[in-house]
Amino acid sequence: MQSLSNRRGWGFWLQLGFTLLVCALLTVPMVMSMLAGLTANYFVGLKSGLTLRWVEEVWRVYSGTILLSLRIAFACLACTLALGVPAAYALARRPGRIARLVEELLMMPVAIPGLATALALIVTYGGVGDLRSSWLFILIGHVLFTLPFMVRAVLAVMGSIDLTTLEEGAASLGAGFLRRFFTVVLPNCRSGILAGSLMVLTLSVGEFNLTWLLHTPLTKTLPVGLADSYASLRIEIGSAYTLVFFLMIVPSLILMQALAKRGRPSV
Amino acid sequence: MPDSFHLDAVPIRLERCGKTFAGGARALEPLDLTIRGGETIVFLGPSGCGKTTTLRIIAGLENPDPGGRVLFGEEDVTALPIERRNVGMVFQSYALFPNMTVAENVAYGLKVRKIARADRARRVEEMLDLMHLGEFAGRRIDQLSGGQRQRVALARALVVRPRVLLLDEPLTALDAKLRDSLRLEIDRLLRGLGITAVYVTHDQGEAMALGDRIVVMAKGRVAQVGTPREIYYQPADGFVADFIGTMNRLGGMSRGGTLSIGAATLPWTGPDGAVELLVRPEDLALAGEADGHLAGTVAAAVFLGDRTRLVVEPADGPALTVDAAGRSELGRGDRVWLRVDPARLLAVP
Repeated sequence: MQSLSNRRGWGFWLQLGFTLLVCALLTVPMVMSMLAGLTANYFVGLKSGLTLRWVEEVWRVYSGTILLSLRIAFACLACTLALGVPAAYALARRPGRIARLVEELLMMPVAIPGLATALALIVTYGGVGDLRSSWLFILIGHVLFTLPFMVRAVLAVMGSIDLTTLEEGAASLGAGFLRRFFTVVLPNCRSGILAGSLMVLTLSVGEFNLTWLLHTPLTKTLPVGLADSYASLRIEIGSAYTLVFFLMIVPSLILMQALAKRGRPSV
Repeated sequence: MPDSFHLDAVPIRLERCGKTFAGGARALEPLDLTIRGGETIVFLGPSGCGKTTTLRIIAGLENPDPGGRVLFGEEDVTALPIERRNVGMVFQSYALFPNMTVAENVAYGLKVRKIARADRARRVEEMLDLMHLGEFAGRRIDQLSGGQRQRVALARALVVRPRVLLLDEPLTALDAKLRDSLRLEIDRLLRGLGITAVYVTHDQGEAMALGDRIVVMAKGRVAQVGTPREIYYQPADGFVADFIGTMNRLGGMSRGGTLSIGAATLPWTGPDGAVELLVRPEDLALAGEADGHLAGTVAAAVFLGDRTRLVVEPADGPALTVDAAGRSELGRGDRVWLRVDPARLLAVP
């Protein structure tokens, strides 16, 4: 121990200090914001006492947005699974110039600003039936935006295992296409599908750009409500709202990290 | 080996099976070949010679060009995909399912065939015992060594009692020692099962040890089909001669029933003119100055234990490889004389 601390010169302490400073720069505002949501009166400060009153208030006013966000997120997940996994499979099995082109095209909604995508959706499909006032309209936007992330995550795993040979192995044992897909392809892409799913959920719950343009007063999602409360209500309510958002997002972020750490499946 | 492991010996017939890939590259010239029931045939050749393509056509993983036919016994299977051909296949990379245990891997083909659970469990257990894998039944694939994986791959392919067994360079990924012991095991297994087997390799040692017959391939064509002895002692052409074992080349001149090599004259039957002759290292003998045919200088001597391999440079012509006794004291720079047995000389067509 003695020799260890001897070796640590001033450079070490300088670096440690700098690292801690950067960490503080990032975490202090978050902590402050969360505390603000639990403080009885933010302008008086912490000595006014801690309360769950604002969180209750948020639930009373905005529970609809939270539930809608969850509904959209899970519907979006269902859609990206149904579309993205087969798409990734098709791209993985067809290594050609056209497949690469399609892959790039799939990434387009990420590159184009959400506002532009939303506007295009409104111009094109805004007049179709009741779509404009339905939550499905937001869902369409979210699927468009999150699909590339699902495809990429699954494709990455499919590229790291020898999918073609695994399938040939299954086929040589008599398995037809559907059986191969469900017993060999999907189970061996599990880590990619899980990572993609968490990504899609997180992105959908937090999506604002697209949603802000696509929503109606009756189809507000959590981030839209959040912007709303920041603009028009007490800072404690906005902060409490942020707290609720954190509680929803952080577990899935942690899970995502854990999955990433476990990395590729060992073969 | 229990009787239940004895499999039907189905002959395979390839009729004008060629393969042209999209883009026009010809991987395989149209090929006609009959593989007898119960026979182990080895496709041997350098990479890109068409041996794997041929195997994949037999398996049903590739379609032959229009006009080609694949027959298992009397049945034309050309139009059937691999999953309906009832073949067993062992892949170079094993292709074991990482999401399943050893026992689940072996049971997969039986499940696909809807074999009842009890029957399935019994057959998996029997097969695992046969392959000395009993204690690994519950292991995951990534907990196995290379040799164990290869045995699981064999067990998985054989447990469904396939009509033919196809092996695509099954030992290439293993180290030399393991390769030898697994080769013996595969040999014992194939003889015991009596199954028709097609084995692809680029390793001539494997081909010689396992094949009832060997198909030597080069550039999408069959260079020679024959037993290991035929291939070794009567190579059809220079390519086969060079590819299998070590072969020396001698220049000679045939004239009126005699053949002159260097200063020596030997009895010979063949048309007059210059001939290129092939001879195996073990068919050249060291001799004294009086009875030797060719003189040369030792350029290199490699001690191999059971023998010493000499590279001898004659006065003219390419260097010759000669096997001497293991205890031979000959070394670089020594002058030697070689004796040629005319009966062992092969004229290249």
